[in-house]
Amino acid sequence: MSQPIVELRNVTVRYGDLPPALENVNLSIPEGAFLAVFGPNGAGKTTLVRAILGLIEPTEGEIRVFGRRPRELGALRREIGYVPQILAVDLHFPVRVRDVVMMGRYARIGLFRRPGKRDREIVQAVMEKVDVADLADRHIADLSGGQRQRVFLARALATEPRLLVLDEPTTGVDTKASRSLYELLQDLHREGITVIMVSHDIGVVSEYVDGVVCVNRRVLAHGRPEVVLTDSTLADMYGCQAVLFHHGKVPHMVVKPEEWEK
Amino acid sequence: MTFWHYAFMQRALIGGVMVGLLTAILGVYVVLRGMSFMGAGIAHASFGGVALGFWLGIDPLWAAVAFCLAVAWGIGAVTRRGGIKEDTAIGIFFASTMAFGVLVIGLLHGYQVDLFSYLFGSILAITRGDLWMVLGVGVLTLLTVALLYKEFLFITFDPETARVNGIPEAALDYLMLTLIALTVVVSIKVVGIVLVSALLVTPAAAAYQLSRDFGKMMALSAVFGVLSVVVGLVLSYYINTASGATIVLTATTIFALALLWKRLRARMV
Repeated sequence: MSQPIVELRNVTVRYGDLPPALENVNLSIPEGAFLAVFGPNGAGKTTLVRAILGLIEPTEGEIRVFGRRPRELGALRREIGYVPQILAVDLHFPVRVRDVVMMGRYARIGLFRRPGKRDREIVQAVMEKVDVADLADRHIADLSGGQRQRVFLARALATEPRLLVLDEPTTGVDTKASRSLYELLQDLHREGITVIMVSHDIGVVSEYVDGVVCVNRRVLAHGRPEVVLTDSTLADMYGCQAVLFHHGKVPHMVVKPEEWEK
Repeated sequence: MTFWHYAFMQRALIGGVMVGLLTAILGVYVVLRGMSFMGAGIAHASFGGVALGFWLGIDPLWAAVAFCLAVAWGIGAVTRRGGIKEDTAIGIFFASTMAFGVLVIGLLHGYQVDLFSYLFGSILAITRGDLWMVLGVGVLTLLTVALLYKEFLFITFDPETARVNGIPEAALDYLMLTLIALTVVVSIKVVGIVLVSALLVTPAAAAYQLSRDFGKMMALSAVFGVLSVVVGLVLSYYINTASGATIVLTATTIFALALLWKRLRARMV
């Protein structure tokens, strides 16, 4: 039995005196999962991801990524590929596609050193893989939303990740481009990369992922999408209150593909 | 006699070119990270340091170094901890260090301090010692920027992803603030406290209008920075104006021309 790639035990995150953004979250994600994190705005989806990435420290509870605390990952950090929310980046920044993708190599190259031949080959390979190689010399402001997301995905892949984390990757991206991004993630998942994706797009994303976590301050439900998201009320009711209503209390369940089969 | 026959003019040119180069290169980070107000805040903090130096009888520039570093790191720490917005923190530091300077100067009974030269620069009074100081900070800054070029680019473009990937983002951020603080202090002699923030922003802002590539923006900013100092200095000699102010207005003119050029080019395409 391999240990889970990401594990949260009784995790609570508070910002100052506000009510907790996440409360008593238990979650266990096995290596090789393709997991979507759903929930309404302000439900703590991004907080969950930021805690896993070690960008914020939980107020209570324990987080393990690759079996270690996120802040103590050391060189293992390089095995995490991250695609941030697109709004977090200045699109008028003077960089070209190739420069952005190369940033994914920086941590592996190390301080004081310059990219070498192998780094350039990897950058070229990941750009071809996500189909942006013909845009390599374009400025990032001159791309469509879908192209831009592929570029940031290419940067995350340039780190040669075991774990890929995406925060709302299809914000401002049209349906067709979103679907092709999900297909790409599905391919990566089949190659053995664990994918965790925060998303709004419940209906479409559920077709691609093999696991779903519904968050609204607490983890309301998780498991296989067809188990968690069966009810038709989910189609017209956005958010996970619906899931809570129909599935009752699901305080903690180990998310493992075998168990989802039940 | 033309201007370059005077030793003071030669020193002014050498010092000015180095300062123009340094501020323009660090200015690229300042502009792209939206830290223009930070540059002004650090510059004004040096006023408190200068005053304290006079009061304690130590070299005002060394006192200014200590003050600027403390304020730069203070702003960095307060902002990182969260709870207080960066521009609020800068606003508070900015005003209180100036007030501290005024207070201390009031304590210097009857002592005539040439504050005007610190506020608005006295490039023609640059000494050999000043030149060595600029050179020292210059070598340190250029070497650091060259060695950490890719990391500084990453933390400027996307600090969060840099952190996730394991780039020591916080340490690099403090290092960059340190370089900015040191550069501000050695620039005070040339353009003065009030105007140094202009050299940190204007050439880089002009280069930003014309560049789609980070390296090109930095090179262009350096050219604009040096050009502003040289043209401004020569102009001020011939038309007999304050050198610091002439340098800054030259930089502003270059910025306006860059903006105009960008608009014209966009219209032609």
